[in-house]
Amino acid sequence: MAGVLVFVETKDGKIKKVSREALSIGRKLAEAAGGDLIGFASDRAVAEDAGRCGAKKLYVAANIGPYLPETYAAAMKQVVGDAQPSIVLLGGSSNGRDLAPRLAAKLDAGVASDVDRLEWTGGKLRARRPVYSGKAFATVEVSSAPAMATTRPNAFPAEEAGSGAAEVMEIIIEAQSKAKLLDTKVPEAGELSIAEADIIVSGGRGLKEAANFSLIRDLAHALGGAVGASRATVDAGWIDHQHQVGQTGRVVSPNLYIAAGVSGAIQHLAGMSSSKHIVAINKDPEAPIFRVADLGVVGDLFQIVPALTEEVKRAKAH
Amino acid sequence: MNSVVCIAQVPDTESRIKIAADGRRIDETGIKFIVSPYDEFALEEAIRLKEKQTGDVTVVAFGPDRVQQALRECLARGATKALHIKGDAGDADALGIAKVLAAAIKTLPHDVVFFGKQGVGTDNSLVGPMVAELLDYAQVNVVTHVEFGEGKVTAHREIEGAEETIECPLPAVITAQKGLNEPRYASLKGIMAAKKITIDSKTVADLGLQDADIFNQRVTVISLELPPEKSGGRKIDGADAAAAAREIVKYIREEAKAL
Ligand SMILES: Cc1cc2nc3c(=O)[nH]c(=O)nc-3n(C[C@H](O)[C@H](O)[C@H](O)COP(=O)(O)OP(=O)(O)OC[C@H]3O[C@@H](n4cnc5c(N)ncnc54)[C@H](O)[C@@H]3O)c2cc1C
Ligand SMILES: Nc1ncnc2c1ncn2[C@@H]1O[C@H](COP(=O)(O)O)[C@@H](O)[C@H]1O
Repeated sequence: MAGVLVFVETKDGKIKKVSREALSIGRKLAEAAGGDLIGFASDRAVAEDAGRCGAKKLYVAANIGPYLPETYAAAMKQVVGDAQPSIVLLGGSSNGRDLAPRLAAKLDAGVASDVDRLEWTGGKLRARRPVYSGKAFATVEVSSAPAMATTRPNAFPAEEAGSGAAEVMEIIIEAQSKAKLLDTKVPEAGELSIAEADIIVSGGRGLKEAANFSLIRDLAHALGGAVGASRATVDAGWIDHQHQVGQTGRVVSPNLYIAAGVSGAIQHLAGMSSSKHIVAINKDPEAPIFRVADLGVVGDLFQIVPALTEEVKRAKAH
Repeated sequence: MNSVVCIAQVPDTESRIKIAADGRRIDETGIKFIVSPYDEFALEEAIRLKEKQTGDVTVVAFGPDRVQQALRECLARGATKALHIKGDAGDADALGIAKVLAAAIKTLPHDVVFFGKQGVGTDNSLVGPMVAELLDYAQVNVVTHVEFGEGKVTAHREIEGAEETIECPLPAVITAQKGLNEPRYASLKGIMAAKKITIDSKTVADLGLQDADIFNQRVTVISLELPPEKSGGRKIDGADAAAAAREIVKYIREEAKAL
């Protein structure tokens, strides 16, 4: 057993960001554990890109079709059988987190999910993962062969290091899926998802009513970020729950998180306090959100948010 | 239609987490335990299915004796049967828990098996799909809508910025996301009725499993730590909105380097 296998997700002929991050940390682990970095993808067009990310080989199942857990788990198992990696990594996207447990059960392997640190020590994979919604961190050791992990989006930098295209290894998948994909709907056309966004602007009940979410959207657009929301606004029906940040929404860790009119309830903080830079705008100087904010602004969001949007546009124009 | 709902009992989301003396677990003193919030959506969907098509709703939990409380609560809301598998689930990895649950599910009548999309606390999101694989069932994960037809289920699965519609034959595994439904509270009548139901209990050995395949295997917790206390950063007065906006942009540009 040697080397690291990464599930390489693609979109429109490009490797997704979460997979780049997984490849990047995978390359470092392969250096420590010995062996090559290899990938599995459904699209051979990304072989060159995978090479740039450090992959030596790319297994491709050309006939596999769109993502479904049963067929993709069968394919990954086949690759594991052939390449015998000591580590299998999946980026923590919806599909990565759907596939990892299915594959792990097939391989009788342990998985550390949603990890933000990974290292190879003493012949074992060691991972750090937030638990209790970020109220604590667990360091776990995965002792199975292979050892598996899913990486938290944005937790690992995506660095390119390799050169030359990865060598493509075609595989044929015979497994059939009992589940069938009937349809994929994109509800709010073109809206950026908070799951992978580098910048998130969130609104809370301080917005007073649904229509005022436009203030948040405008700022998010100006910054090129995604729109987040507190549960109070989702429950009030002001915005779809895909936008909810927190314990019962998405746990996010973007580079920049701006919260306006969000009090910072413990369940909200659980979902965003690992963001790298946090700005909070709230009229209540005692609001708990200020405890995690790097920059807190005490004031009226209806004044500050539009002014900020204008200032961002001006800064971008320069 | 019969369903099984797997229930994780977890610390209340309001809980302050303290680390136990062994440095590997949380200190449970003073912690209030609840049914994991996503499991409530799972249970509600199963109860609605029973109300529409009759059948049993069996709730299953693997854990120490305190999990009986969670099962009792589910019975009060409308589950018809409960199974407690005794054991220290805290020492089992997700696959260990999945093996125990899969073995238990095989002994129970079911056309569909519901889970939460994530056990709040462990935050693994692993157990449901693992059980699906162990039982060789189809899975639909992070589900916001389900419809049952003749021998099949159609479910909406939430993914980044989109929603998939997936159809699969029964039995199948469904993991519940918020938005699937609005869970009900237990009624007084339900609480009284629940008292009359006996919670069945089994051990890991009763299910024909070896402790050595379930506990302290594959994934072990080395240590648990609290995050470094964030000191709270700079606070500025936003009475002058334009000045505050300039200050924020400066921060975004110079520190976050996002402009
Ligand atoms: C099991 C459970 C799970 C939960 N999960 C989540 C979760 O995933 N995500 C989540 O967010 N919540 C969650 N909650 C809910 C959480 O406890 C809070 O109720 C919620 O986060 C509050 O939302 P809010 O901050 O928008 O509203 P509020 O707490 O009402 O705060 C509004 C804030 O706006 C400020 N404000 C008002 N007007 C202005 C103004 N003009 N300018 C500036 N500031 C202004 C106020 O000072 C206040 O701080 C959960 C709760 C439970 C029990
Ligand atoms: N000990 C357990 N007993 C019964 N069900 C469980 C247990 N642990 C997890 N589950 C189920 O699996 C789901 C996912 O849990 P997890 O993989 O820990 O995030 C939970 O929402 C429950 O439905």
